[in-house]
Amino acid sequence: MSVATSIGWTRDEIAQRVAQDIPNGSYVNLGIGIPELVARHVPQGRTFIYHTENGLLGMGPSPAADQGDPELINAGKRRVTMMPGAAFFDQATSFAMIRGGHLDLSVLGALQVAANGDLANWSTGADDAIPAVGGAMDLVAGVKRVFVMTTHVTKEGEPKLVPSCSYPLTGRGVVTRIYSDLAVIDVTARGFALVQLAPGLSFEFVQERTGAPIINLALEASK
Amino acid sequence: MIDKRVGSAREAVADISDGATVMIGGFGEAGSPIELIHALIDQGAKNLTVVSNNSGTGLVGLAALLRAQRVSKIICSFPKTAGSTVFPDLYRAGKIELELVPQGTLAERIRAGGAGIVGFYTPTAVGTPLAQGKESRVFDGREHVLELGIRADFTLIKGRVSDTHGNVLYHRTARNFAPMMATAATVTIVQVAQVVEAGELDPEGIVTPGIFVDRVVHVPSPALESALNEVGASYP
Repeated sequence: MSVATSIGWTRDEIAQRVAQDIPNGSYVNLGIGIPELVARHVPQGRTFIYHTENGLLGMGPSPAADQGDPELINAGKRRVTMMPGAAFFDQATSFAMIRGGHLDLSVLGALQVAANGDLANWSTGADDAIPAVGGAMDLVAGVKRVFVMTTHVTKEGEPKLVPSCSYPLTGRGVVTRIYSDLAVIDVTARGFALVQLAPGLSFEFVQERTGAPIINLALEASK
Repeated sequence: MIDKRVGSAREAVADISDGATVMIGGFGEAGSPIELIHALIDQGAKNLTVVSNNSGTGLVGLAALLRAQRVSKIICSFPKTAGSTVFPDLYRAGKIELELVPQGTLAERIRAGGAGIVGFYTPTAVGTPLAQGKESRVFDGREHVLELGIRADFTLIKGRVSDTHGNVLYHRTARNFAPMMATAATVTIVQVAQVVEAGELDPEGIVTPGIFVDRVVHVPSPALESALNEVGASYP
């Protein structure tokens, strides 16, 4: 796994940190991209059941290259396998699981997360962009808890945690917790609140790279 | 005696007229009824409205139907796929209309259309550009938007096996939209790799009951988009 910087957590370390917070037996939907790494870091003794919105519960890891079934795929249209106890179902049933609040957790990527929990992760709104949304809006509307896994800033160094999203929204007030390369941050009624800093980083370092104030609960408690 | 088999894909799609609304099953290549789509290209109907989750890859199947400029509008959740330029090119050139619908809302709109439900309220897309212009209402303190059912003139889907009555089973994640689409069209056409006599399938395991299926086409070895794209195929 390559990383652009030695500061903070690697992508695999973020995935590991997310996995720590998922209880045994959870029904989990992992978004396409970095969130998929979570499946590689399931803590010893826990089992998560993975839902993929195109119609499979009990999704297993990718098959070996040139193996697998082109009609056994995940939401990213990549070949996957199935675990013992897996089930196939149609799209209406799949989104009944999502919208009906039956999934415990969704882990998604983000373009921007606002301090009130608004999420933008499907479009930059650019004029020449091809709009495509898939199941993201359904997931954030229906899944009990929505975790975001993301780099703290864009490639250009702009904060992805912002006072309010400038990109088109995926959902309003939907994000529960953010796991970045720099910190774990909760979305609270008072805005962003620090849960944990990546090793070796100061609160000020993370705050400087965040577009909205972060409440430092540990600091407040010590006052 | 009931026997819904028709002789060929060509025969099955012969009466699709210009301006028809056609639902096409599939999530990516999984479940895409390529042989039926190719027969529709050969048949020549144009000015179609297509309802499908994606917009095809390469120059075969759904992408080929779009490339032949037979589709004036697509109702779709994710018209963007790695290696697909046909839809983006048409869209940027203003040659195709897009109605973008969240995937779960698309599934439920098709389900509703087939189930005689004219519309429903959903929390999906509230506060986003996709809710703009839609009627909204608050239930239990939460805002919901009104979404309408979708019906079509024809549905084209792919199954693994059907009996002569049109009871259909699917293959793994190729099932996706097919069971709802089968319910929501005036004429539902299914291509299957295997056809068996009525009575040979376990009634407990039927996924799409035959009442929803009008025509069964036997396509023993259906092509896959990825395999066709690998050899650079284009249709026609």
